[in-house]
Amino acid sequence: MPIIKKQVPKIQCTNHDDRINNRDFTGLVEELYSEDSTARRWAVRDLAEMPDVSSVLVDRLVVENNAGVRTAILNALAHLGDDVAIAGLVHCLRSEEAALRNEAIGVLKESPNEVEPIISTLLTDSDSDVRIFAVNILESLRHKNVEQWLLNVIEKDSHLNVCATAVDLLSEVGSERSIPALKQLKIRFEDEPYICFSVDLALKRIEEGSH
Amino acid sequence: MKQILVIDDAATVRLYHRNILESAGYSVDEAINGIEALEKALVKPYDLYVVDVNMPKLDGYGFLNEFRRQEDAVQSPAIMVSTEMGENDKVLGYAAGANLYLTKPLKPTELLSYTRLLLGEVA
Amino acid sequence: MSAITISDEDFLKFKEFFYRKTGIVFDHSKRYFVDKRLIDRIEATESGNFRIYFNMLRFEASGNELQNLVNTMTVNETYFFREEYQFKCLVNSLMHEITQRKTDKSPIRIWSVPSSSGEEPYSIAIYLLEYWAGINDWDVEIMSSDIDTTMIEHAKRGHYSARSVQHLPKEFLAKYFHYQDEGYQICDDLRAAVEFSRVNIVNSADVRPYRNIDIIFCRNLLIYFDDASRRQVAEMFFDAMKTGGFVCLGHSESMSRISSLFRVRKFPEAIVYQKPLEAL
Repeated sequence: MPIIKKQVPKIQCTNHDDRINNRDFTGLVEELYSEDSTARRWAVRDLAEMPDVSSVLVDRLVVENNAGVRTAILNALAHLGDDVAIAGLVHCLRSEEAALRNEAIGVLKESPNEVEPIISTLLTDSDSDVRIFAVNILESLRHKNVEQWLLNVIEKDSHLNVCATAVDLLSEVGSERSIPALKQLKIRFEDEPYICFSVDLALKRIEEGSH
Repeated sequence: MKQILVIDDAATVRLYHRNILESAGYSVDEAINGIEALEKALVKPYDLYVVDVNMPKLDGYGFLNEFRRQEDAVQSPAIMVSTEMGENDKVLGYAAGANLYLTKPLKPTELLSYTRLLLGEVA
Repeated sequence: MSAITISDEDFLKFKEFFYRKTGIVFDHSKRYFVDKRLIDRIEATESGNFRIYFNMLRFEASGNELQNLVNTMTVNETYFFREEYQFKCLVNSLMHEITQRKTDKSPIRIWSVPSSSGEEPYSIAIYLLEYWAGINDWDVEIMSSDIDTTMIEHAKRGHYSARSVQHLPKEFLAKYFHYQDEGYQICDDLRAAVEFSRVNIVNSADVRPYRNIDIIFCRNLLIYFDDASRRQVAEMFFDAMKTGGFVCLGHSESMSRISSLFRVRKFPEAIVYQKPLEAL
């Protein structure tokens, strides 16, 4: 009956036929520019284990158009977490390509320590889209300053959608100290039904939550 | 009752759109990003999609691109709603298969009138 | 009687957070269920009230409490033919598509993680033998891994309680098991059909040897992981799979909370995720 064949233990096979090039730094960087996207992904994965590789990964990211390889680079940069890597991720926020922007936001969300020194700069960037993405990064960021950063946004930012994005998050993380700024924001945008709706919701969540 | 899928990563935006659409008698489901929207739309056909652009995992363009290529899915109209109002953003939205590209935030009357228009409910 | 209460707004706030993290929606009918479990966790963590607990849940760097909470909010029970619709999808849709694409007669590789006590990989074997005609023409390799060696030993031994086999059709129970030591012992042929191994799926060195997989069953596991680990596992699955291969998740799990690497595919029986055939 056993038509299903027992598998030879796979643990023994450690050499991968599709990882052909020299696995040293130079060989791997060469592999980053291979025609084969699988080879490029493996090059990224192996490079990520080496020191000082952020800049070669960022260089590749700029020209890479395979989504799978790009995801691997973004994850590697988040894992590396040095200044060059984080700058590379931040640069993606200005990309014309929505998918790249959103992937970069996704990995930055998971790097609270690396994001902390730059978040204030991002939240005051001259491009309102970058400010919105910076608020998006705060959404899952596990950091104690999140509420204060959001308060700064709704108190100072003049852009409707940047404030709207911040209010959405305040309805989850806001406390009593956000109440005055929320009320002020509603007055500032009293003609905007969405802002009125979202501020009312946030206030209700804060005021009627258990104490 | 016409069924509408609201796709947005912001909970407040989903609730806002839901309240407006439900008050006008539509039935509303929600999805948090393009992947969840595909999971829902491939199982249950909707009459209209209200699609945000920037979302994690799969953005609005990605959702429409993927959904529009599904041969056995019922292809209903989609309103793309974005904070971005550049010409290029609009071009991308229409290329992905949006029927209408609007800028956030929407006024209730605006959302309802375009919804009726795309659902063919305007005389 | 607990003095801790969950207000309507607390419930809504929690509901949204939990939905964003897991994809699970609690409607109002689940209110009592959710409140009770939340209060249990608030007490267990000595948080005192919902607000303090929720902030801890939201900001805790390790994500451990979220994992505890998911554990209490979901039922994680394993038994033969659990979530059977996916096995139907396997034999009615996935195997056909995979064999159609194959250019040689190499075996089809299926990987079931976590193996737990073995019910899932053995169910896959039984389903293929009973319901997939192609089994006469194709070899199939079934591998199954778990991080817990006690589970692997249990799986290899193949001895199950009546509860574990209660959803198996009677004729399969008679055909593949015999009653022994107040339980059901699975036959040696099936035991020989599945290769069990210890793997920590968030450890890339553990996962790297697994290559050219056609179908991965990873059900009711990733929902317990934090965002970063989920993504990491998805990456490793992607590399372990053949192009066009499929990932099956549990019924309450969604790739929308895990990764953008895979395509959503709808089959008559289930939604399954596919490693794209074309270059992305």
